[in-house]
Amino acid sequence: MSEIVASANFQDKVLDAKGPVLVDFFATWCGPCKMLAPTIDALTTELAGKVAVYKVDIDESPDLAARYNVSGVPTLMLFENGAVKNHMVGAQPKQNILAMIGA
Amino acid sequence: MIDVAIIGAGPAGLAAALYATRAGLEATLFERISFGGQLAQTEHLENYPGYVLSTSGFDLALAMHEQATSFGAQTVAEEVTSVDLAADPKKLVTPFGEYEARSVIVATGARPTHLGLEGEEELAGRGVSYCATCDGNFFRGRDVVVVGGGNTAAADAIYLSRICRKVYLVHRRDTLRATAIYHDRLRGLENIEFCWSSKVVKLLQSDGALSGVTIRDRLTDGLRDLDASAIFIAVGTTPNSEFLNGALETNQAGYIIADESGITSIPGVFAAGDVRTKALRQVVTAVADGAVCAEEAAAYLAS
Repeated sequence: MSEIVASANFQDKVLDAKGPVLVDFFATWCGPCKMLAPTIDALTTELAGKVAVYKVDIDESPDLAARYNVSGVPTLMLFENGAVKNHMVGAQPKQNILAMIGA
Repeated sequence: MIDVAIIGAGPAGLAAALYATRAGLEATLFERISFGGQLAQTEHLENYPGYVLSTSGFDLALAMHEQATSFGAQTVAEEVTSVDLAADPKKLVTPFGEYEARSVIVATGARPTHLGLEGEEELAGRGVSYCATCDGNFFRGRDVVVVGGGNTAAADAIYLSRICRKVYLVHRRDTLRATAIYHDRLRGLENIEFCWSSKVVKLLQSDGALSGVTIRDRLTDGLRDLDASAIFIAVGTTPNSEFLNGALETNQAGYIIADESGITSIPGVFAAGDVRTKALRQVVTAVADGAVCAEEAAAYLAS
């Protein structure tokens, strides 16, 4: 399972992270988000040590959703050195996510 | 060896898996993302018999998946990207492996059709959406556009009218194709403006987000700009049959040619649900297809 991060630990876990970080902005009421969840969980394990994977619940952390202009869920964002390197919107198959993060 | 490879785990695929496993066959579901398909994106389902109170599409899909799994259906969370259906056994290729199966049920469904306008792909998640219940909340109190005239467009407009300030419903005809029950509900809503006989011809943007659309009146050819923070596109569906690369006969729109038996142009290959040629694409017809295809596959394997 990937860990849910919020405003309080976003800086530490995502922006100040040493390597690339994949963040899944999701909502508990969104069907495609629920469909994507098993893939995100699998990637958390498969990419351990290479890419950190976290989730942001946009209802719990509306400030983060606003800061990164998230206006569709699920939105996946790849962060590196505190900046957004890439993003994709909507539930996607695993190979597309791997391609986005260059893994 | 897999007896029945079922490509797609929406309602058709899940029902096929249920019937195939109960028939004593080894059934494996291949799913590109996760079970549920379009059903999982349906917020409220009011027309699935037996569910008197409206039920969530995701919850129904979850129950279908658990039911199929309880009888032994396996799931491979990989997207089938190419096939060799003429081979014996039949071959399925995913980005992560190759699989062989004695029979195949194609239940890959359909996806929302895009308008094909400039900027549509880049603005996805920035005001362009194909899922009102997913993204509507981001536009609370704002003005939005719904384009389309079928049940999805009607349901989207009703849903959005509750959370948005104003909803423009743009439809290319002068009357909705949607089922009668939606017409009465729509008429009772004051913040919906109907833009009949109109077509969205341009997506307007500012600062990388949608800021409005231009519509053309098909009768007068007049152009009009609508200020809107989002456009919800519900102009029908496109079958997910490209991965077959012509292996099965399809019609011009890409739907696999098959009648209610699900039998396709290749023996041992069946088509169930929205991906096949049929008159009514609903959950209730998809699950019926799945059951029939599983029986046909069992008969094929026994012959």
